[in-house]
Amino acid sequence: MLEDKDRIFLNLYGTQDWRLEAAKKRGAWNATGDMIACGRDWIIQQVKDSGLRGRGGAGFPTGLKWSFMPKEVKERPHYLVVNADESEPGTCKDRDMMRHDPHLLIEGCLIASFAMQAHACYIYIRGEYVYEREILEQAIQEAYAAKLIGKNNIHGWDFDLYVSHGAGAYICGEETALLESLEGKKGQPRLKPPFPANAGLYGCPTTVNNVESIAVVPTILRRGAKWFASIGRANNTGTKVFCISGHVNQPCNVEEAMSIPLKQLIEEHAGGVRGGWGNLKAVIPGGSSVRMIKAEECETMLMDFDALAAAPHRSGLGTAAVIVMDQSTDIVRAIARIAYFYKHESCGQCTPCREGTGWMWRVLERMARGEAEHREIDLLLDVAGQVEGHTICALGDAAAWPIQGLIRCFRGEIEQRIDRYRAARDVHVVRTPVAAE
Amino acid sequence: MSVRRLAEQQPESFAFRADILPEVERQIAKFPANRKASAVIPLLWLVQKQEGWVSEPAIRVIADMLGMPKIRVLEVATFYTMFHLEPRGRHHLQVCGTTPCMLRGAEDLKDVCQRRIGKKFAVSADGAFSWEEVECLGGCVNAPVVAIDDYYHEDLSPDDLEALIDALARGEAVKPGSARGRQTSAPEGGAKTLTSASLYDGSLAQKVALPNRPAPAE
Repeated sequence: MLEDKDRIFLNLYGTQDWRLEAAKKRGAWNATGDMIACGRDWIIQQVKDSGLRGRGGAGFPTGLKWSFMPKEVKERPHYLVVNADESEPGTCKDRDMMRHDPHLLIEGCLIASFAMQAHACYIYIRGEYVYEREILEQAIQEAYAAKLIGKNNIHGWDFDLYVSHGAGAYICGEETALLESLEGKKGQPRLKPPFPANAGLYGCPTTVNNVESIAVVPTILRRGAKWFASIGRANNTGTKVFCISGHVNQPCNVEEAMSIPLKQLIEEHAGGVRGGWGNLKAVIPGGSSVRMIKAEECETMLMDFDALAAAPHRSGLGTAAVIVMDQSTDIVRAIARIAYFYKHESCGQCTPCREGTGWMWRVLERMARGEAEHREIDLLLDVAGQVEGHTICALGDAAAWPIQGLIRCFRGEIEQRIDRYRAARDVHVVRTPVAAE
Repeated sequence: MSVRRLAEQQPESFAFRADILPEVERQIAKFPANRKASAVIPLLWLVQKQEGWVSEPAIRVIADMLGMPKIRVLEVATFYTMFHLEPRGRHHLQVCGTTPCMLRGAEDLKDVCQRRIGKKFAVSADGAFSWEEVECLGGCVNAPVVAIDDYYHEDLSPDDLEALIDALARGEAVKPGSARGRQTSAPEGGAKTLTSASLYDGSLAQKVALPNRPAPAE
């Protein structure tokens, strides 16, 4: 187990006060001025050396992303945008950081903005997080009042920080959809290139980072890149807040070392699987968008980017949201519900996603009842493969992967269900429409 | 995608209440002067705070305030599912139905709403309640979650939800958070981490010397 002294979010559960004075006591805003005095190249190099990979799902190296920003500010200002549109099913980590440790995020925003020469930063928080937004706004007011941020602040880098919000659209977690939304439009992702580092918010150079990626930076700089890099495995370094939900005895959020074995994570922190480890059926290890893994694969699985992405399961760490399902789970319905989620949240811009997500959901609903044909399993896989990789953003992939994972792990169960449905009705061919709505 | 249209019956006009106007100004001031359109979502949200829903006249007013074509505001109002395009009950319940909540009993909560309030989106006869099923609210380790008005009620059993609805019907205020008395997202029964007193005794506030500082310039 990670030792308490190596944890970053010391108020993850909100047992302490979130306000400035208490946050300072826990180490926030300590030596921030010194970091800025070390210069932006030093900051970016430290973040690179720490091995920090983006915590929003894709796992792109954060320091490298920062280095894509133009070296000099020309006529267009630079922006930092913090993605707090946490909506991935299973994920509720940024919520705790914003409501319980907001000053770590604010400090991170200042440091990251300085490193990328941005004088303004927007935090885009999902509309449903009203309480979290209220806390964040108050914490920002405190930081302004204490001259930690703002014009002529004590750190010597003029910096304005604003909170804006969405209104219920998962797609706005995609960085370019978020930028569209922040510009006051529908959240429909942009074609890339140009990437945000060249043309982002208002057409200006912009970096979009997840809340956790930004909030860990001050502590990394305070304790040193080597400290962060020493936790976890090579290329999968640092600490990570995991969200363990579903059929466990004690669902919870917990900050742990990257690469912790999945079994240890579930047993030590979440009180074990409901009904014992033997009752485990499957785990979705990184938020609803990744492929599930079978119980036997969970025995030895390490919770990091590379271990989870490996063949044959080809899953992913995603947002590190572990959704545990025990033997009582109707696994086809569980995935059908995820398919409905993607159908509901598709922005409608690309045809394969707009039409495909609805089609896949309808077929899965029938399969959950057994009202399908065996050949439709391969047809479903084929359609999922046609959606995957053929859309502007990754929502198409995210809709396809859970279905592919289901069929890889539980094809036999779907077939049995179809057979049982037929046997009960004494039919040989189920005639059901497969057309659009 | 979900198909959303404006209500058939619309009021004559809309104006922000005087007490909300400062907040309107504050939201607009967050963005560069030539980028006022960025405030459209916060402003539509404030309309909803004031009226309970977003009407067509309100869309026109916001379009004028922000210098946007009306159709662009309409697009935003219909795209984002938190905007109610028709009147709702005084208390609106958002029941999360996505898989992590479903695994922990959200279906039963939907049944409670169906029985106590009625069909999704319909307003109860006394005008007090309406409900809808929403996609992931982002409170998954406290599943199942229901957002009542603005705040999250967590770890709910069907009985807990019934009790909340009863309390609201009596006009009482309800306290958000875990129905099982959990400390936010900590494991039930108490946190197993973050228990060292040295994290909170102020020792971390002592000025640190940054590791790997660059050598001072010549």
